[in-house]
Amino acid sequence: MSETQQQVEELIQSRYKAGFYTDIESESVGAGLNEEIIAMISAKKDEPEWMLEWRLKAFHHWQTMTGPNWAKLNLPGIDFQKIHYYSAPKQKDRPKSLDDVDPKLLETFDKLGVPLHERARLAGVAVDAVFDSVSVGTTFQKELKEAGVIFCSFSEAVQEHPELVREYLGSVVPYRDNYFACLNSAVFSDGSFVYIPEGTKCPMELSTYFRINARDTGQFERTLIIAEPGAEVSYLEGCTAPMRDENQLHAAVVELVARKKAKIKYSTVQNWYPGDENGKGGIYNFVTKRGDCREDDSRISWTQVETGSAITWKYPSCILRGDRSAGEFYSVALTHNHQQADTGTKMIHLGKNTSSKIISKGISAGKSSNSYRGLVRVARKADGARNYTQCDSLLIGKTCGAHTFPYIESANPTAKIEHEATTSRIGEDQLFYCQSRGLDEEEAVALIVDGFCKEVFKELPMEFAVEAKALLEISLEGAVG
Amino acid sequence: MLNIKNLHVAVGGEEIIKGLDLEVGPGELHAIMGPNGSGKSTLGYALAGRDGYEVTDGSVEFDGRDLLELEVEQRAAAGLFLALQYPVEIPGVNNAYFLRAALNAQRKARGEEEVDSMAFLKTVREQLKALKMDEALLKRAVNEGFSGGEKKRNEIVQLAVLQPKLAILDETDSGLDIDALKLVAEGVNRLRDENRSFIVITHYQRLLEYLVPDRVHVLSDGRIAESGDRSLAQRLEREGYAFLDTAEA
Ligand SMILES: Nc1ncnc2c1ncn2[C@@H]1O[C@H](COP(=O)(O)OP(=O)(O)OP(=O)(O)O)[C@@H](O)[C@H]1O
Ligand SMILES: [Mg+2]
Repeated sequence: MSETQQQVEELIQSRYKAGFYTDIESESVGAGLNEEIIAMISAKKDEPEWMLEWRLKAFHHWQTMTGPNWAKLNLPGIDFQKIHYYSAPKQKDRPKSLDDVDPKLLETFDKLGVPLHERARLAGVAVDAVFDSVSVGTTFQKELKEAGVIFCSFSEAVQEHPELVREYLGSVVPYRDNYFACLNSAVFSDGSFVYIPEGTKCPMELSTYFRINARDTGQFERTLIIAEPGAEVSYLEGCTAPMRDENQLHAAVVELVARKKAKIKYSTVQNWYPGDENGKGGIYNFVTKRGDCREDDSRISWTQVETGSAITWKYPSCILRGDRSAGEFYSVALTHNHQQADTGTKMIHLGKNTSSKIISKGISAGKSSNSYRGLVRVARKADGARNYTQCDSLLIGKTCGAHTFPYIESANPTAKIEHEATTSRIGEDQLFYCQSRGLDEEEAVALIVDGFCKEVFKELPMEFAVEAKALLEISLEGAVG
Repeated sequence: MLNIKNLHVAVGGEEIIKGLDLEVGPGELHAIMGPNGSGKSTLGYALAGRDGYEVTDGSVEFDGRDLLELEVEQRAAAGLFLALQYPVEIPGVNNAYFLRAALNAQRKARGEEEVDSMAFLKTVREQLKALKMDEALLKRAVNEGFSGGEKKRNEIVQLAVLQPKLAILDETDSGLDIDALKLVAEGVNRLRDENRSFIVITHYQRLLEYLVPDRVHVLSDGRIAESGDRSLAQRLEREGYAFLDTAEA
């Protein structure tokens, strides 16, 4: 191997910058899944009886289900008895404030670029940090409380706001919904809870950062966001994991409820460890995200930038129940090496004059496979429903694949559904043009990809857009040439 | 400035440039004319270092360096600029952003500081104004949806901002209306000085009335078949390339 080739190899190897492991004492429940384990998780969290009952109902139902096999994924069998369903950094008591949090944990999040100390944090973003199965701290609690906003870990919400959790948990994604959502309902550990009271515009961006650290551990978080009538919130989610040879499972559930005229904007930058260049290791990311535009004139918008995970299986959806409610889905999914992504959205039009917009940008490099799967369903009573879908795929190199599977089901003749799809390769002419103006090949690819993703990036909050762009650049290192 | 000796270039395994010699001194403007398919664009691409344009023999010295040793972007940073016959569209990439990224990449490669954004914008605006281009083009994506003439003028804006030592203009005059042709020629003339050289590929003598060339060459079948002063261009305009056949026969 020539020296420069070696350098390129090293570059690719080092491209996953979040791949470090934090050496911290943790307590976890034994591997495997049964009623005792579930009871143990529930007990560790000091949960009320109804919560445990709900978990067990889900578990019993899950035992009757079989995993999905319809997505265009090469899905290796997962041994659910080998996974640890709970792991938490050892702490004497639940930290009351950030000052009580183990410095090693704070350091981990610092290293990841998510400093938890409020003075270090960019003004205007409150963060909840989830490390393996538990939340380690939420910032800006006081300021949010003054606005009447509840932003805390899910476990805390179960303790402090049980009436809200009980009312809304599973109301958007019932535990029976699908295999992984059902599993999550049985074993979910932590996650974030957001409640925005009537007429309140959340004074700052809210964000949760998920980190898988422990070995052989699954992460099953649950997020619930409730926007009361006229409320508005923008929520961001980021995630990473150390580099490991074994695959790790991440099966999350996110439920959003938007009431009359409420607006929820949910953005994700997903950067789970994707596995190495030979396809070894990496996170299996099976996530159920759904938003319910429950009342009239509500709006839910999903924006996602997906660069990580060995396998991604994810379809953030909107149920457009209220009249004139609107759903949006903006997605950039990048796959490289042996990554597989099957992602898209579902827009279910139930109310009158509902509208949805889908902008999906898939970028595939290496030997990866990248599929868009989208469903637009218009119910019989949904007069005047409108959908616009645009799906663009960009191929880098000749060994990757891109696929588009649009499903359209309309039971109402007044529906207007538009679908546009393109597939292109990064043009040699574009690369040459950029290079002849002085950009090197990697800069040129990054620029072309950035241009390709523009429509999605502009939906992201400012700091996230910058991060997303940098992430794509890192993920594409060594993709050409 | 540029010294090409016995250059052979193959494209897709087929030899297109077949032993070409050309010397361009500092501050000189050379015109290259020649029939369609004779290899003019191929020469430009080979000098810029485009993939697939394989130099099979010969040497090219540029500003005291071996040009053929350099990567495409290194040639750009060394001061070579090629205005394309068909400028490329880059969807979603802001035109001004692209230009500044290019300029900064070149400056960085030369160990210079990044440009000051305000100064950069000022220069670009002046150039646009001189070329009577709408400022809105700066905010649009690179060449996307530009008219043919706008694309060509955009190449000249890039040329003016990047300030290369040698600019190769590949049919920048084709597709321009009469007024635009004048503007482009004036743009080029403003950039001419004793150190900056030009190779202007064109089919029309009209451009050469504005850009007075030091030398005119006729490229035919991959070689320079004829060289002369500007009167050669006038003769070609009158007689076409028929004389090449008789000369060869
Ligand atoms: N990729 C390619 N594969 C095969 N032949 C090619 C390729 N590119 C160029 N050629 C051939 O090389 C020859 C020279 O092409 P070139 O574009 O350099 O001509 P030109 O002198 O610029 O012509 P014009 O005046 O029409 O612009 C042509 O016969 C062309 O078909
Ligand atoms: Mg040509």
